[in-house]
Amino acid sequence: MSAAAANFARLLFRYVLRVGDLSLVLGQRLGEWVGHAPALEEDLGLANVALDLIGQARLLLAYAGELEGRERGEDEIAFLREQGEYLNPTLVEQPNGDFGQTIVRQVLIGAFQLELYERLANSADERLAAIAAKAVKETRYHLRYSSDWLARLGDGTAESHARVQSALERLWPYTTELFAEDDLDREMADCGIAPRLAEVRAAWSARIDTLLAEAALDRPRDRPYQWFGKRGEHSEHLGYILADMQYLQRTYPGARW
Amino acid sequence: MDDKRQWPLFEVFIRARGGLDHKHVGSLHASDARMAVDHARDLYTRREEGVSIWVVPSAAITASDPAEAESLFEPAHDKIYRHPTFYDIPDEVKTL
Repeated sequence: MSAAAANFARLLFRYVLRVGDLSLVLGQRLGEWVGHAPALEEDLGLANVALDLIGQARLLLAYAGELEGRERGEDEIAFLREQGEYLNPTLVEQPNGDFGQTIVRQVLIGAFQLELYERLANSADERLAAIAAKAVKETRYHLRYSSDWLARLGDGTAESHARVQSALERLWPYTTELFAEDDLDREMADCGIAPRLAEVRAAWSARIDTLLAEAALDRPRDRPYQWFGKRGEHSEHLGYILADMQYLQRTYPGARW
Repeated sequence: MDDKRQWPLFEVFIRARGGLDHKHVGSLHASDARMAVDHARDLYTRREEGVSIWVVPSAAITASDPAEAESLFEPAHDKIYRHPTFYDIPDEVKTL
């Protein structure tokens, strides 16, 4: 492999990790609801979304392992990295909070994933395009599920409205990162692999405005401070997720059942 | 949980594939019909069981009274001539 090709594979590896880690960490986080949801039906609903996300992560991380070329499979990539090597946005590692806060997070990130996957389905990278084409159908349902709930809660009782509005205020600052274009995003967009984040932002923003209006919620103001989980700089919450998630692989390396 | 806090019950019907009837598969709780469709999708179609879902509020179903079962159903017992079993079926007819 030429130096240029090797360098490109390394960049693509990091980009695929960004997309895959988003699904992995969000799926793991959402899975915490299993056995705790407010109704049996919601328990299954949330678990189904979590499993879809883990499925997306498997495809993406397996691909990342191939791009890396160090013979690491999806399990090693998923379970045996250090915190700073996870490139998910900070939003998806935020605690579930109450059901309303989980729903707000799922709407904010689901709308992002939908806009992203719709565009990645036309990626110059065929493998990424195929994975995105599959994921886009799942994500459309995830957003239907979460935005229906957002409308029920936001436009529900005074209590439910206050709770989701406050969750929205709390989580909103983490959305800025999703659209903060860095060198990697730019490089991927330049060669047609990933969409321009400014374009994704415009589409996301319009969609979120519609969903917030349907839910009778006020759009919070943007704040200048930004998180950068997508560069490996995480909030304090990721470490706890990883401790849970990695326990088995680290205690019983290569465990099978 | 008292009735006010429990979501209403819906009956779920699934069409397994095009051309077949919707079949009753079970019931679930949901706050409204749209949520009932979502729940039905998650509960009853996750193993590719269907291509279409109907949900009906259980309260909208009028059922026969079990106490009247004798008068409703037993009179049919000795009306065997109502079954189309007295015809000679030509050998050429394979699927009847």
